[in-house]
Amino acid sequence: MKAFLTTLLLASAANLYGAVDASLNTLAAVGREGAGNEAASAAWKEVVRQGPSALPALLAAAGKGSPVADNWLRLAADVIVENALRAKQSLPLKEVEAFIADTAHAAAGRRIAFDLLQKADPARANALEPSLIQDPVQELRRGAVQRIIDSAKTQNAGDAKACYLRALDAVRDEDQTRFLTGELKKLGVPVDLPKHFGFLMKWNVIGPFDNTDRKGFDAVYPPEKEIRLDAAYEGKGQQVKWASFESADEYGKLDFNKPFGMQKEVTGYAVTTFDSPDERDAELRLGGKNAWKVWLNGALLFGRDEYHRGQQMDQYKLKCRLKKGANTILVKCCQNEQKETWTVEWEFQLRVCDSAGTAILSAKADVK
Amino acid sequence: MSFIRPFSKLAPALASLTISGFSSFSSRGSDWPQFRGPDSTGVATDAKISESPKIDWSVPLPGRGLSSPIVVSGKVFITCASGPKQERLHLICFNGADGSKIWERELQATGRTMTQAKNRVASCTPCSDGRRIFAIWSSNDMAAFDLEGNLLWMRGLTEDYPNASNSLGMASSPIVLGETVVTMIENDSESYSLGLDANTGRNLWKLDRPKSVNWTSPVSWRADAKSQPVALLQSSKGLLAVDPASGSRLWEFAKGGSSMSSSVVADGIIYTPSNGITALSPHSNNAPPTEVWNSKQINPNTISPVVLDGRIFSINGAGVISAADAKTGANQWKLRVVGPFSGSPVGAGTRLLAVNEKGLAQIVDTTAPSGAVIGKLQLPLNEETKEFVLCTPALDGEHVFVRSDSALWRLGK
Repeated sequence: MKAFLTTLLLASAANLYGAVDASLNTLAAVGREGAGNEAASAAWKEVVRQGPSALPALLAAAGKGSPVADNWLRLAADVIVENALRAKQSLPLKEVEAFIADTAHAAAGRRIAFDLLQKADPARANALEPSLIQDPVQELRRGAVQRIIDSAKTQNAGDAKACYLRALDAVRDEDQTRFLTGELKKLGVPVDLPKHFGFLMKWNVIGPFDNTDRKGFDAVYPPEKEIRLDAAYEGKGQQVKWASFESADEYGKLDFNKPFGMQKEVTGYAVTTFDSPDERDAELRLGGKNAWKVWLNGALLFGRDEYHRGQQMDQYKLKCRLKKGANTILVKCCQNEQKETWTVEWEFQLRVCDSAGTAILSAKADVK
Repeated sequence: MSFIRPFSKLAPALASLTISGFSSFSSRGSDWPQFRGPDSTGVATDAKISESPKIDWSVPLPGRGLSSPIVVSGKVFITCASGPKQERLHLICFNGADGSKIWERELQATGRTMTQAKNRVASCTPCSDGRRIFAIWSSNDMAAFDLEGNLLWMRGLTEDYPNASNSLGMASSPIVLGETVVTMIENDSESYSLGLDANTGRNLWKLDRPKSVNWTSPVSWRADAKSQPVALLQSSKGLLAVDPASGSRLWEFAKGGSSMSSSVVADGIIYTPSNGITALSPHSNNAPPTEVWNSKQINPNTISPVVLDGRIFSINGAGVISAADAKTGANQWKLRVVGPFSGSPVGAGTRLLAVNEKGLAQIVDTTAPSGAVIGKLQLPLNEETKEFVLCTPALDGEHVFVRSDSALWRLGK
């Protein structure tokens, strides 16, 4: 009888875990345009029903599907924790903390884990946070950086400077970086922002080509077919050739108005070579308020035909794979017909970094 | 049972305002289930606007936003967004009686969260069919929940259509017609409107739309009480009427329209912000609508008009309310109130309520010969952070719900 009951219990446990795994797989599998939503809705309820015991497997499932799938998982985790707190039920916080500490886990899972730790036990999350200062996940290190910034505000200049430098080494968010740069400048410490962020500063540029009626965005001009830096082409009303150009802007903005003048209904191109020591994943992060396209090694990564609606750093994050050695990055930047004073900009900024926002620097400084 | 809500910590000025106990459930009205309430009219037929409103309660919000609250079965639902890039998207359910939080859900933005300085990621007002809440944020993340906060479905519309976004921020609020959630994702680039299955979030239809920024919201029109509603999609090109179930195009009015101020439907007439305001009378046979009148002198600017008691009202950004005869468009009066405004006015009976950007709620008696402000209430905004109010209020019986970046208030008499 005892053996029978033990077997029954083990079988039930196996079924439960099997049910949770199947439900988690269903959530992780939601696809584009709501594909899988019907099954995910039922699976979500099942995961929530399982309660705290489902959390370790839930965290491990994050990052296996799309960011939308991760939200299904995040919301399930949220409700499990909320229900447990209300019912004064224990949560597997030791496992959650261990999950966070293991940087081999997917970023999405670790972010969800930290958020649920903050909700379930803020003191424990506070104690853990300083250790995340160099975390590979950009969002996880922000709080740790802020702690250092806050502590510096109450210290003398010498100690504050040391704090700010320590924070600068770790910071990845623009707003925190701007603050640190400002404070360090007051303390007489210059910061090499292009190097810190990984902005590409040296380019070859060519233009203008035509963008009348905004048709230049789709038009295929010669730089999109070949990169020959000694070539000359027929541009908009003139012959155009490549010329070297280096940005002087500390946020890496390449202003086409400088080499070409303030023109309207025109298209310019900028090309640079980025030398990667290894083949690796990276992100090209672009900011700009003109229509643009970006190619990496001849393959179009993305393009956007929006004009003068605003610009900010890291406005667009383009995931890519760098090859070992020389990588060609080509940017197309279109200026439209608008006459308002706030439409004069014809520029972009682009940096190379990893998913945490850490700059990846070209192994070679010179542009070819 | 009476309940005294603790003072909000927002500003010392709060101490000067009277805090009353909450009203009983009998003063609760019908639902206010979407942007501008029932049928997007901005009017609650069973509500009353007090001329001497007071703050009943206020609660802090964890993030920023300008979406309107909605009210369903006595519960208040509101969205906001927090984090350095407003990347944490919140949907919160409060008890309308006392402001206690019933549940909160948070998801991560999967789309872009950039907006211009005055816009917010939580700019789109959720909608409800009485059983479900459909919420969308400027990042084009959309989620449906039941009233208890259980997730029903989710969509990441930027994951699906990567170029559908607006660097100034999106703001169109969805509506639910039958089993279709109609949402407009219109912008300079990948521009479309969607009819989503309210049960699953899957596309029932997707219509390519003009490639142009558009912050207006869809509204509905029906020939009579027995007819199925028609969804009206507005853009700078004009109005397009579609069957919400299939997305079939029914008729079009193509003489231009506002990309900010949304249309309003009253007594079967569509008042659309086109060349001022144009009144349209649609036909049940889907022929193009008849233009009843046009007035260039009514300029709604960014704010959506309201039809109340036989008149159409609009407020321009500076704070002038224009009143015109809803049947003819003939101007009747103009009344200067204290602006500026971003939120649209709402109405009940013969009274309008408008809350300006500085948090001054103004109550207007529209029966006065030239309109008259008969009451005011200053919300205690945080001057240090230059907090402002951009939302359109929600009405519920004798209560008004209004929010800023940091708080939700219930006003009562």
